Amino acid sequence: MGLAAIVVLNGLTLAALYFIVASGFSLIFGLMRVVNMAHGSLYLVAGYVGYRVFEPLYDADVWWAWYAGLAAGIAFAAVIGALLQALLLSWMQGQELRQALVTIGVSIIVADQVLAVFGGTPRQFFAPDAIFGSTQVPLVGGYPTFRLVQIAVALGVGIGLWLLLNRTRLGMMIRAGVDDREMLGACGVNVPVVGVAVFALGAALCGLGGVIGSTAQPLALGQDGRFLLISLVVVIVGGMGSVTGTAVGAVLVGLAEQIGQALFPTYSVILTFVIMATVLALRPQGILGRG
Amino acid sequence: MAERAARWLIVAALLALPWLLPMILPPHQAQFWTANVFGRAIVFGIIALSLTFLATYGGFISLAQMMIAGTAGYTVAIFVDGAVPAIVGGLSYAAAVPLGLAAATLMGLLVGAIAVRTRDIYLLMITLALAMGVFRFVETNIAWFNGYEGIRNVVGPRLFGYDFRNAYVFYYAALAVAGLLYGGVLYLVRTPFGLVLQGIRDNARRVAALGYSVALHRILAFGVAGFIAGAGGVLATIYNIGISPGSIGLGATVNILIMSVIGGLGHPIGAFIGALIFVVFDTFAADLYDRDRFNTLIGLVFLAIVLVSPDGMVGVGARLRRLLGVRHAAA
Repeated sequence: MGLAAIVVLNGLTLAALYFIVASGFSLIFGLMRVVNMAHGSLYLVAGYVGYRVFEPLYDADVWWAWYAGLAAGIAFAAVIGALLQALLLSWMQGQELRQALVTIGVSIIVADQVLAVFGGTPRQFFAPDAIFGSTQVPLVGGYPTFRLVQIAVALGVGIGLWLLLNRTRLGMMIRAGVDDREMLGACGVNVPVVGVAVFALGAALCGLGGVIGSTAQPLALGQDGRFLLISLVVVIVGGMGSVTGTAVGAVLVGLAEQIGQALFPTYSVILTFVIMATVLALRPQGILGRG
Repeated sequence: MAERAARWLIVAALLALPWLLPMILPPHQAQFWTANVFGRAIVFGIIALSLTFLATYGGFISLAQMMIAGTAGYTVAIFVDGAVPAIVGGLSYAAAVPLGLAAATLMGLLVGAIAVRTRDIYLLMITLALAMGVFRFVETNIAWFNGYEGIRNVVGPRLFGYDFRNAYVFYYAALAVAGLLYGGVLYLVRTPFGLVLQGIRDNARRVAALGYSVALHRILAFGVAGFIAGAGGVLATIYNIGISPGSIGLGATVNILIMSVIGGLGHPIGAFIGALIFVVFDTFAADLYDRDRFNTLIGLVFLAIVLVSPDGMVGVGARLRRLLGVRHAAA
């Protein structure tokens, strides 16, 4: 019973991380119709830039070192995301395949430059004392506090995104832009700026995931491919462009991965793909996707 | 007429290449160019051809082709005698290679079946996810794929008494396979099957209304592409004397896409043009920028092509010819 509870909790904490990263991917895809193949590279860049800021502060024993790293990672990813949209993608609006190819080109260059600038050394953040250590969880016993924080952050992201899209003026503009860009522009909204804002937000979420993820597990080259894959699968399973769908997809994939690893270690990857293939066969638009 | 002559000239040049190169290069360099530049470009070109075939005539950009090539490579490596470590072993190349091609064709059909209801960017995402899934599976599975290390010592057969490791034998074998597959693709697209496939690309609903099964034709097209990729995968495995997960990872998958896009997705020949450009860059990146920063360099080239000429070098060529043709007409 205890073991099963640990596996499920592990699955949920992993799902939380997957949700944070994939929500940015899903947001950009759902609202801009852009498959951002550079999403994994943003994860990598945010982690390494955040670490560059974090390390000297941590050595100086400053309590806010981790938070500074977090802010730096998020900000840097957001800037890259905004630049990507403003400089490259905005003038080929509607050419979805070409935009996907552009982001692939960007991801190759970014991943290579990360290697050049930061070296290939694996890095890992140390969480601040306030969210470090372990917490007693019923049925499970002592459990790393940071992983529980991960769940809290994911919940915050989910609720925040829902409120932003459904309860604010910006959210209203974004939703209107999905339905009819030209009419939105005719209403006096600067549509390109909204596009850049969405991209910056999606990239920032990926950056948030990058720093959180690199605190829970080491940051290394190859993580870009892993998190791109996760984002793809989560969004394919959950439904394209839906926040709730992304959450469902993340929970399914996270649980499948952990349960699979507990039951049949070297074949666990297959379980994830069986889920994906099944969803595609029954509901090609994803579990909560709009047909 | 001139075009036809040019085509025969290129074929003749490719056949005579191993004799032409030593005339302008020192012997060891001529051998290097034969196997490591042209031979490798042809092998990559075959794998890229499978992607270009799907893109040109079906309108699908599949990122699973390198994984499918790897399926053939792994199958050969698992079953052939002499591979290290011996997973199953016991088969000669004459038996293992067809088995590998069959495995790749099956994998192609499977990918086609899973992705059958999706198009465009959805197809791109799903095929990439499938490719990365197989990659992660292969990387973590020791029993069948020897995990991270992969399988070594797949040296290739002896052909008509010649060792496959000989640069010239390898070059001609690769050239022959590429020629057959390229000709096969050009033939296939003129058959009823190929015509229906192009009809689906242009308007799937009308083709369905004519009574053809759109899904079946799509899945079969992926099977054909799987066979082509498999042939490239077997040659690539023999070229590398083995196979490891890295050769079907994200980088390798994207490299095939880069070649196809640089060459141009509008005509099958683009696959080989793109592969040659890629390999030349790969080989001489050190002299151009920095050996370790090859990815930045090829990424910039790729980005430039996508931004400036989405139909690749084939498109650039066509535009130049049009430009020259216009001038001729004016004069």
